[in-house]
Amino acid sequence: MEVTLTVNGADHTLDVPDNALLVELLRERLNLTGTHVGCDTSQCGACVVHMDGRAVKSCTVLAGQADGADVTTIEGIGTADALHPMQEAFRECHALQCGFCTPGMIMAAIDLVQTSDDLDEAAVRDGLEGNLCRCTGYHNIVRAVLSARDNM
Amino acid sequence: MSETGGTGIGASVRRKEDVRFITGAGNYMDDINQPGQTYAVFLRSPHARAKILGIDASGALATPGVVAVFTGADLAADGIGDLPCGWLVKSRDGSDMIQPPHPPIAVERVNYVGEPYGIVIAETLQAARDGAEAVVTDFEDLPAVVDAATATSGDQLHESVPNNRCYDWEFGDQAATEAAFAQAAHVTSLDIVNNRLIPNAMEPRAAIGCYEAASGDYTLYMNSQNPHLERLVLAAFVQVAPESKLRVVSPDVGGGFGSKIFVYAEETAVTWAAGKVRRPVKWVADRSESFLGDCHGRDHVTHAELALADDGEFLGMRVATTANMGAYLSTFASSVPTYLYGTLLAGQYRTPAIYVEVQSVFTNTTPVDAYRGAGRPEATYVVERLVETAARELGMDPAELRRRNFIQPDQFPYETPVALTYDTGDYEASLDRALEHIDYARFAARRAESEALGRKRGIGFSSYIEACGLAPSQVALSLGAGVGLFESAEVRVNVTGSVTVITGSHSHGQGHETTFAQVVSEKLGIPFENVEVVHGDSGRGDYGLGTYGSRSIAVGGSAIVKAADKIIAKGKKIVAHNFETTDDRIDFEDGVFSEQESNRSMEFGEVAFAAYVPANFPLDELEPGLSEKAFYDPGNFTYPAGTHVCEVEIDPETGTVEIVDFVAVDDFGLIINPMIVEGQVHGGLVQGIGQALLEHGVYDESGQLVTGSYMDYCMPRADDVPSFTVDTTVTPCTHNPLGVKGCGEAGAIGATAAVMNAVTDALGVKELAMPATSETVWNALGGSGAASGAA
Ligand code: FES
Ligand code: FES
Repeated sequence: MEVTLTVNGADHTLDVPDNALLVELLRERLNLTGTHVGCDTSQCGACVVHMDGRAVKSCTVLAGQADGADVTTIEGIGTADALHPMQEAFRECHALQCGFCTPGMIMAAIDLVQTSDDLDEAAVRDGLEGNLCRCTGYHNIVRAVLSARDNM
Repeated sequence: MSETGGTGIGASVRRKEDVRFITGAGNYMDDINQPGQTYAVFLRSPHARAKILGIDASGALATPGVVAVFTGADLAADGIGDLPCGWLVKSRDGSDMIQPPHPPIAVERVNYVGEPYGIVIAETLQAARDGAEAVVTDFEDLPAVVDAATATSGDQLHESVPNNRCYDWEFGDQAATEAAFAQAAHVTSLDIVNNRLIPNAMEPRAAIGCYEAASGDYTLYMNSQNPHLERLVLAAFVQVAPESKLRVVSPDVGGGFGSKIFVYAEETAVTWAAGKVRRPVKWVADRSESFLGDCHGRDHVTHAELALADDGEFLGMRVATTANMGAYLSTFASSVPTYLYGTLLAGQYRTPAIYVEVQSVFTNTTPVDAYRGAGRPEATYVVERLVETAARELGMDPAELRRRNFIQPDQFPYETPVALTYDTGDYEASLDRALEHIDYARFAARRAESEALGRKRGIGFSSYIEACGLAPSQVALSLGAGVGLFESAEVRVNVTGSVTVITGSHSHGQGHETTFAQVVSEKLGIPFENVEVVHGDSGRGDYGLGTYGSRSIAVGGSAIVKAADKIIAKGKKIVAHNFETTDDRIDFEDGVFSEQESNRSMEFGEVAFAAYVPANFPLDELEPGLSEKAFYDPGNFTYPAGTHVCEVEIDPETGTVEIVDFVAVDDFGLIINPMIVEGQVHGGLVQGIGQALLEHGVYDESGQLVTGSYMDYCMPRADDVPSFTVDTTVTPCTHNPLGVKGCGEAGAIGATAAVMNAVTDALGVKELAMPATSETVWNALGGSGAASGAA
């Protein structure tokens, strides 16, 4: 099937199998390998991207469902020279170790900050429970999100 | 933690590696592709124990896109050897442990669910999956042995292993221990199950095997914690390719925790298969495969006793453990419940007599090997549950009972009855700091407040010790290790004065690119930005033993210091030549070589340039170039230690345990980057808490893994755990040049006992099985919100 979508501001029309997932389209067709796959049950959040401004698990969205959508991945929110405030906060607060969960965590965290008022520690922990991190123990991720909240 | 500014030792420098990770530019295994690559899917046993009567691959070979199907017989016919265990443990009667055959791809029998018995290679992943579906395998299902505690009386799994017993090991002085128990005023005993854990690094394991027909060279890309060791084992033992023809590259790796140390079936098979199909072969585990195929951790059943005098002095300890090895002996499996466990049973205490017996058994489950802490969490759990229980039974304050038995600062070096020599420590300092942070004095008041609200509050301690910086080769080899455990480093000063450091350690989250650069920048007095750290490629570094056992800074870092010292020594020679004097008259400080009693000096960069532009060097005394290698073999283990205190509150209505406060005070010796060290502690603590409250690898009686996905295996999530109070005390390690001890495993080693001591304190019960889920806790409360008081 043919899918037309915008990814990180660029328009694409791609021919993909009917059962292709959005994450496969991003990684394999557009070479946007910052979006990761950490599970096969939609439980880990390594694959989170924004679709029309909302955080979605791209392993759980068919590429076809993204037809007409505006998708943003980790590669689209900032660059090494101009980091997004959430990226900056993750670095500043040492909110990553191996970095594998990090793109999904950052994308989920941006959505969380944008869609909540009065974000406190408990709300951050609650809001990120769909994203697994095995390295950091979450302590510094929570600190990073709370600090980015004040800069976004 | 104390912190200095700048970028040298002691500064919380922000990490060099982060920019690529936070912008999505990391280079993990699944991000790597090779031209013309094929895709592999493994055929995995659906049975816990079965005979393979026949494999019909014709359907797979007829599937469009399938390139080849191989079975265990194909690898065997090609001379591919068994996956070896690298540590020989001897039984009490002096006989060697029994190592059953472990073909990478099963040939006649399968012994656990998920064991690979074939490999399907195709043009696309989808075609490989379709091909695997089309293979018809005839199994004869056999009854499985699942439970470690009764494994010795179960069906015999391996022809060569009577009673399914791998070894029957003992350690310590049995007679002295019996004598201690005979005069004890009090004996505390516990039955302990150390629950099976599944490591779950977030990046699944993956491998790409490549073969170049013209040269006969193989390249294996994989996410390994020790690429050189992988190469050694695949070359020397499994015989996939000669060492000189095999390069192993381990790029950005998404966590390891032990599970990426071992030599597994999959990378062996894809490397071999690449030579067969003459194209690259790529395999990436999906999470379900990770659950079945990555080595699991822990899984001990233990009876433990502590003998005490009436004033609380520890007299002796007696421990009997059955350790589950799973179906085969994984790479380091035999050492985990023996030399990494029995030797740690002295803990921080002066217990004079200790005796431990360990029998290791085979079952029809995934192999068990080192998982963060590896043996030391199990030892800490035994010791610290015993001590806390003894305090309760004697009506003593658990902190005071520990204090009374601590090894004192003036007793170092301290030789324990279980063969270790602790070099240094101050255990009371960490305990005192922890008591302050948790505000122990007011605990009774907090407990009363909780009680008034109908909640149960408890506090628990864990004063752990670990032997890290693995390992003095001489000691390890004498105890049965098959490899030395030194580390290598190379410091290459480039012509322009920048420095490339090549280390045999591997970073999969630990931040070596930053920490090691801090060390070199400080040693050589050059800007942090000018130091580049390279790791993870057997084609770029001579040799390495990799990262595990909290060894990277203590052993790998020391090797780097040693190489840097050689650079300074060579630099002095060059400067001496330039100034027409002798090198003993040249000093080096802050990046400047200067002549004594003169105002002549040369900057580091000038010396580098001079080394590569060797104007009239006396060539038989002074070679051009400025690049040095070093191998560092530690003189002893390092002994990080500390006290963790956990405070919990339990809702009796639901059995839910909430950690309301957690304090970790650790002594890691000197610290290079406090920010990174704190992060290591946080992550370890959550793995330790996960074991206590959430995680459990469960098999049913037929040997099916019941907890084979994130739906069933409860991983700690952000809302399951608290923020932590983390602090350090410092006694520098006495035998390495940085004074460092290592910090990677401490959290996972200390936390579990602290949590369970707190939970049992809150409930008023002696024993409680891990994980203390709300169901377990609710049942312990009699299922009615009232404590049953029963153990
Ligand atoms: S890959 Fe795990 S939730 Fe998408
Ligand atoms: S940083 Fe490794 S999984 Fe989160």
